Amino acid sequence: MTALNSKIPEGPLSEKWKNHKNSLKLVSPANKKKMDIIMVGTGVAGAAAAASLGQMGYNVKVFCYQDSPRRAHSVAAQGGINAAKNYRNDNDSDYRLFYDMIKGGDFRAREANVYRAAEVSNNIIDQLTAQGVPFAREYGGTLATRSFGGVQVSRTFYASGQTGQQVLLGSYSALKRQISKGTVTMYERRQMLELVVKDGKARGIVCRNLVTGEMERYSAHAVVLATGGYGTIYFLSTLAVNSSGAAAYAAYKKGAFFANPSFIQIHPSCIPQLNEYQSKLTLMSESLRNDGRVWVPKSKDDNRKPTDIPEEERDYYLERRYPAFGNLVPRDIGARAAKERCDAGYGVGETGYAVYLDFKDAIKEQGKKTIHSKYGSLFDLYKKITGEDPYKQPMKIYPAGHYTMGGLWVDYNLMTTIPGLYAIGEANFSDHGANRLGASSLMQGSGDGYFILPYTIGDYLSGEIKNPKPSTDAKEFEEAEKEAIERINRLMNINGNTTALDFHKKLGKIMWNYGGMERNEEGLKKGLEMVTELEEQFYKDLKLTGTTDSMNQPLERALRVAASFEISRLMLRDALNRNESCGAHFRTEHQTEDGEALRNDDKYMYVSAWEYKGDNQEPELHIEELKYDHVKVQQRSYK
Amino acid sequence: MDLTIKVWRQNNPHDQGRFETYQLSAASQDMTFLEMLDALNEQLIHEDKDPIAFEHDCREGICGSCAMMINGRPHGPEQEVTSCQLNMKAFKENDVIVVEPWRAQSFPVIKDLVVDRSAFEKIMEAGGFVDVDVSAVPDANTYPVGKDIAEESFDAAECIGCGACVAACKNSSAMLFVAAKVSQYALLPQGKKEGLTRAWNMVSKMDELGFGSCTNTGSCEAECPKGISLAHIARLNREFLKAGFHNLAAEKR
Ligand SMILES: Cc1cc2nc3c(=O)[nH]c(=O)nc-3n(C[C@H](O)[C@H](O)[C@H](O)COP(=O)(O)OP(=O)(O)OC[C@H]3O[C@@H](n4cnc5c(N)ncnc54)[C@H](O)[C@@H]3O)c2cc1C
Ligand code: SF4
Ligand code: FES
Repeated sequence: MTALNSKIPEGPLSEKWKNHKNSLKLVSPANKKKMDIIMVGTGVAGAAAAASLGQMGYNVKVFCYQDSPRRAHSVAAQGGINAAKNYRNDNDSDYRLFYDMIKGGDFRAREANVYRAAEVSNNIIDQLTAQGVPFAREYGGTLATRSFGGVQVSRTFYASGQTGQQVLLGSYSALKRQISKGTVTMYERRQMLELVVKDGKARGIVCRNLVTGEMERYSAHAVVLATGGYGTIYFLSTLAVNSSGAAAYAAYKKGAFFANPSFIQIHPSCIPQLNEYQSKLTLMSESLRNDGRVWVPKSKDDNRKPTDIPEEERDYYLERRYPAFGNLVPRDIGARAAKERCDAGYGVGETGYAVYLDFKDAIKEQGKKTIHSKYGSLFDLYKKITGEDPYKQPMKIYPAGHYTMGGLWVDYNLMTTIPGLYAIGEANFSDHGANRLGASSLMQGSGDGYFILPYTIGDYLSGEIKNPKPSTDAKEFEEAEKEAIERINRLMNINGNTTALDFHKKLGKIMWNYGGMERNEEGLKKGLEMVTELEEQFYKDLKLTGTTDSMNQPLERALRVAASFEISRLMLRDALNRNESCGAHFRTEHQTEDGEALRNDDKYMYVSAWEYKGDNQEPELHIEELKYDHVKVQQRSYK
Repeated sequence: MDLTIKVWRQNNPHDQGRFETYQLSAASQDMTFLEMLDALNEQLIHEDKDPIAFEHDCREGICGSCAMMINGRPHGPEQEVTSCQLNMKAFKENDVIVVEPWRAQSFPVIKDLVVDRSAFEKIMEAGGFVDVDVSAVPDANTYPVGKDIAEESFDAAECIGCGACVAACKNSSAMLFVAAKVSQYALLPQGKKEGLTRAWNMVSKMDELGFGSCTNTGSCEAECPKGISLAHIARLNREFLKAGFHNLAAEKR
């Protein structure tokens, strides 16, 4: 176990970033032109970063697996994006946003990073508005805001229930503008399979061209991963079905530490699984809890229609248990509270694993038109999937895997433990601790991309001016490509009987049961064994057809699933190591009398960062101690 | 439920392509259309056949990946849904379902149901952005925008870039797609400077890429999964005229 250096600058919290920026080395415009940067990922983080770096004069090569950067998973974000603008004059500030995130993350995030994220938040809203993002407005024409969970101010900017789409399209348009200027080159339909490390530095990538099946090598002075989260280890999640942590995993295998893999957010409000065929779960944004009230019947097995159950026979359990925050408690708390009611037999719907989210009172108070203008697209989405009309009857919701706070370990400059390799957006671990607050991921990804990485990466690149980018004929590229081809051939030649989709579903069940909302030592150990068994079976019994020299989607999935086994094991191992409960990581052995997460600050107030040690070796744990100089560490309370 | 699925199979852009017919009994009305295709692909893999390539990602109607003609209609028989949101409840026992890729000269087939929509990307690069750098921009509240105007702009901005409008149009015109972008910006105070040329540049690029011209048949609006309104095409036409005058004036100067 070695301690990690997070390179947090000295000085008072609110001065750190300013001072640090002044101390960062610069690259002159003439030299920028000679430097190449690889950006993998075009979500809010990758698109923003690529556009910014292109504008600064670097040559940027951007990659995504979809046919267009506009389709990155960020497009699905619904509820909103936070900023400490204080437009409502409700006494909001950078400090308050910072404090809410630190507390929401259950004191497992790095103070300096979180403060910086809050500090740059206002500029993001200005930037997006200038790009023509049609945020919701008040009648007077100023920007509208709403509230999100774990917060007592109104700081969430939104565009109906499609904020992610609009924010992403804003950054996408900035990216398109740079492409038209020739500073950025776009490579769509590429699956990154290998990171190339040469002389200890990240120097390139190997991708599979998803149309031709050909291997392609790209070299650069630095590589940035903006590849999103690994929530699809649960198979069913709110993520796009082709999302995965496979790119981050490729970096891990080349020496980048993987931090806090067990911190995965289970979102309380998703449309419950309706049948066994289902290929994904759909989120019902947390913003709905601004006006929707969560309840279950007071008596078990109450089979009446929800609209027939009178007020006094309903248990608004969040309002009952958490009077100060009510329906807007943080996600981890909301999710466990729903599970608790359902496990106790009060759940509703066919399976008994759902709770109601009711808009009856809000519609009565504000009128259908107002509710429609706030949530119209979400209500439509719900109706399309379930056939039920939420204007007339409450929604049924249940928790589902949603967001990964864990990810590649990065220092204050967003650099991983491999020099020249950066991770931004959901792919890194930095700002959300053990639980992310709503509407703070679009904020963090955009902040990383527009205002942080473009400055910090220059500091590294200024030292690389004399090192030309390597030829893609270098032996490191050759070896990386060979590894990728061998991996593919191995999968293609198993000729077993079980498809990649089937394996993915099986993995998902194991992870949900043993590494989901609640964990304990016995279950985690069992999960570890089961994942390893399943992985062995995978390499004996996988069935793939088609060829490698054309589009082959099951092969793409098999490559993602192969990485997911290993990420899953890392996740379970981390959960086992962290013998405490904090935020979304809930070990049943450690809870307060009323069932809240019980931290052990003496032993676990640290970031766990895992180092790859070889395929059949246990990874090595490194730790970054967390220090809280600007907030008082306490038991989180939303009562 | 037992179904007969006739699917367009084409190995690569140069292949002639042909319909193949498959029987599927593992379908259920509880599935979405894409889950039905997943089930068919599982069956094909077990029969040692190449699975059907089709595009998909979010599976909730927002990324615009999924794109297919289902029984002759873009995204199938229901109004305002994408292929991934289409429910199998729209079909009955023993139905024959015909599935094809978008058919348009500007969207060549890559494989099976997957087409190359990069022409849309080129149109966007011709003007689908506000000409503003990342850096010092005014405070977001500097320019007020009326609530109704913001909502109208948002309605246009909802376009997911799926291409159904092109597939629906007998001229393979991309006017609705272009109009949605032009209209979003034309309604807002941002991007007024290049507003004068945006419509011109995007429409010219569209023509250059081989999309047909708009003859107001309205089939794009009818098939658009996001309900993008024809009114945006009217606005685009006005913007286009304005740009035309602007260009003329510039030539005279
Ligand atoms: C349904 C839903 C709703 C949400 N709502 C909100 C919200 O309201 N507010 C909020 O703040 N957050 C929300 N979130 C979270 C937020 O959307 C995501 O965390 C965030 O958008 C992630 O952005 P990103 O740029 O890091 O990555 P992503 O948007 O996930 O992009 C990943 C990119 O990496 C590329 N990529 C990945 N792997 C590879 C590979 N191997 N090779 C090549 N390319 C690769 C992909 O093509 C893609 O371009 C929501 C999340 C979900 C699932
Ligand atoms: S206008 Fe409608 S049909 Fe055309 S690309 Fe946009 S969303 Fe698809
Ligand atoms: S898969 Fe995203 S819109 Fe259909």
